[in-house]
Amino acid sequence: MYAYDEIDRTLVNERVSEFRDQVKRRLSGELTEDEFKILRLQNGVYLQLHAYMFRVAIPYGTLASNQLRALAHVARKYDRGYGHFTTRQNIQFNWIKLAELPDALEDLAKVGIHAMQTSGNNMRNVTSDQWAGVAPGEIEDPRIWSELIRQHTTLHPEFSFLPRKFKIAITASDHDRAAIKIHDIGLKLIKNEKGETGFEVLVGGGLGRTPFIGKTIKHFVHGRDILSYIEAILRVYNQYGRRDNIYKARIKILVHELGIEKFSREVEEEWQHIRNSSLQIDDEVIEDIRSRFSYPAYEKLPHMPDELRQAAADADFEAWRKNSVAPHKVQGYSIVTISLKPIGAPPGDATADQMDALADLADKYSFGEIRVGHEQNLALPHVAKRDLPALWKALDKLGLATPNVNLITDIIACPGLDYCSLANARSIPIAQELTRRFANHELANLIGRLHINISGCINACGHHHVGHIGILGVEKNGEEVYQITIGGRADEGAALGNLIGPGVKFDEVADVIEDVVEAYLALRERPDELFIDTVKRLGVEPFKERVYATR
Amino acid sequence: MPLVNGGKIADDSFVKLAVDTPLPESGDVLVPAERFIAEADALLKRAGKVGVIWPNNRDIDELVPYLGKVATVALVFPTFRDGRAYSQARLLRERYNYRGDLRATGQILRDQFVFMLRAGFDSFEVKKQADAEAFMQTAKRYSVFYQPTGDGRITALHRRMQLRHSEGVGT
Repeated sequence: MYAYDEIDRTLVNERVSEFRDQVKRRLSGELTEDEFKILRLQNGVYLQLHAYMFRVAIPYGTLASNQLRALAHVARKYDRGYGHFTTRQNIQFNWIKLAELPDALEDLAKVGIHAMQTSGNNMRNVTSDQWAGVAPGEIEDPRIWSELIRQHTTLHPEFSFLPRKFKIAITASDHDRAAIKIHDIGLKLIKNEKGETGFEVLVGGGLGRTPFIGKTIKHFVHGRDILSYIEAILRVYNQYGRRDNIYKARIKILVHELGIEKFSREVEEEWQHIRNSSLQIDDEVIEDIRSRFSYPAYEKLPHMPDELRQAAADADFEAWRKNSVAPHKVQGYSIVTISLKPIGAPPGDATADQMDALADLADKYSFGEIRVGHEQNLALPHVAKRDLPALWKALDKLGLATPNVNLITDIIACPGLDYCSLANARSIPIAQELTRRFANHELANLIGRLHINISGCINACGHHHVGHIGILGVEKNGEEVYQITIGGRADEGAALGNLIGPGVKFDEVADVIEDVVEAYLALRERPDELFIDTVKRLGVEPFKERVYATR
Repeated sequence: MPLVNGGKIADDSFVKLAVDTPLPESGDVLVPAERFIAEADALLKRAGKVGVIWPNNRDIDELVPYLGKVATVALVFPTFRDGRAYSQARLLRERYNYRGDLRATGQILRDQFVFMLRAGFDSFEVKKQADAEAFMQTAKRYSVFYQPTGDGRITALHRRMQLRHSEGVGT
């Protein structure tokens, strides 16, 4: 956990009082809605279909139990008793009242949580691997660097009014759980031949209506230079990114229009001017940030405790353990993913009571720590294996032990037309129906790893382009129509999916997905050939034939 | 539109000239970039100060040869959403060591004051009277800054290092 010091606390409090003044000026009419819009967006407040929506940052997906309790408190006191975890390590509250927002922010500030730059055309919440610091084989904890970058990008005097939003993600593992290739800047922590820490820097990834996979702009940037290098990229973007067309304003379009070679030359030239400035970070600064991260005092525990051996007789426990428990870097411990995708429910939602109960479980079993992943699930990062059976029982009681992590019912979906004013089509009801179709755990397990992503409009908040199966809702002649792609992925092998055929109506989507899955089961070479690998081997055609033959 | 200079509402001695307004004999003038570049010699010879209004999509390099000669550079925020002039301001101050007056013009609200001060601006054509009057109060809104800029304010990282050393880490 990162512990705020007096300096961080002061800044967050100053931001809360500034926002209070902005809300007051809006309510008194001193600010027009047009002026206020930009200001509220800078602080995570959208106006949606029914109410204001409030998006709170969970930097690099790390939460302490008292912070989760504060989120539960906000859900209960200012909203309708639940919150929605997003694909970018944020939580959203959908029914907040403008006049109460400053109070909600003040309550969150007490535990070091804020909503700065969770929307608007600025540098957004820095995201990272939800298994940071506990994943086996990690280069080093990417959260140290994430925090450094979080601070540097917070209320940046030059880059708070960019052409468009700007997202940075960091990973330190070979298996990319942070989806860095679909970010404006993706950072992969690596070591050079001298053993020094640095980053492979990718730029220009992003989804939306013009999706691009990020390209490597520099193979190694030394850790001490990372802030100046990011600053150089931002400075080029701030000056030359397009501002005439909102749909062409992301950095991916600038990179595409200039070409990565020319873009990287521009960045290089700018960087040479500023790399030896006060942006250079010395080891002491890194040490200081590292010193404010606390790590659990792990016990020396056996690899296979008796408790686990005994519980193995329980088939339900075993199904959950095999699905939701991952290896930890420390022997005797596990990382437990908590599915927020129960059958028939909106993906990523958690009630205030669930959040409070989870905070208690985190205190009891995970050194008070909770993680949030971009798949809209949570994790307890330090669970002793001997505690797994007890934890499972407790989670099951809360409705938080659905053993479907990474399976077909672990769907990523945007809020869609049920909440969002940008949406053209519903997302959540599609997700709910699909989870019912594949509710049988045996069937879901037989299918194996399969990510379905659903977006209710071209803005792609549900990351449909990179779903193994992607579902995009659009509006055609006043009707919701869904386009289906297959073969996308968001990890280290990131790729965009391909359309399998004409769009289908709302009522047909689940049938079509069932057909796609049936086609896969018939086409796969072996039971362990994943859906994504079968699509890679065979391409779209055989799927298209089978799905559309009878339509 | 009130001008804030030196932290308070002040008179604006400059008259803004359009591209084709006849040049007055004397007095301070603010001239669009295009005209300034075309008539620099004549402008700089006359009595009275000369400032230039530099658009946010024009390369600042072109202005560099004149930086020692102009009395003010006005950078433009066509809407407050458009942040290009923040980069221009920092380049003028931090790369080209421009020490003269740097003016923010366009849609300027109190909510930008801190960013603008940090980027190196020191005078502001503020859109609303109430915002101009609130300048001093708003400018002091923040006491913590995470990024180093040319404004000399101490950054959070630097302050932490000072604290560490004064506390005698390791003793």
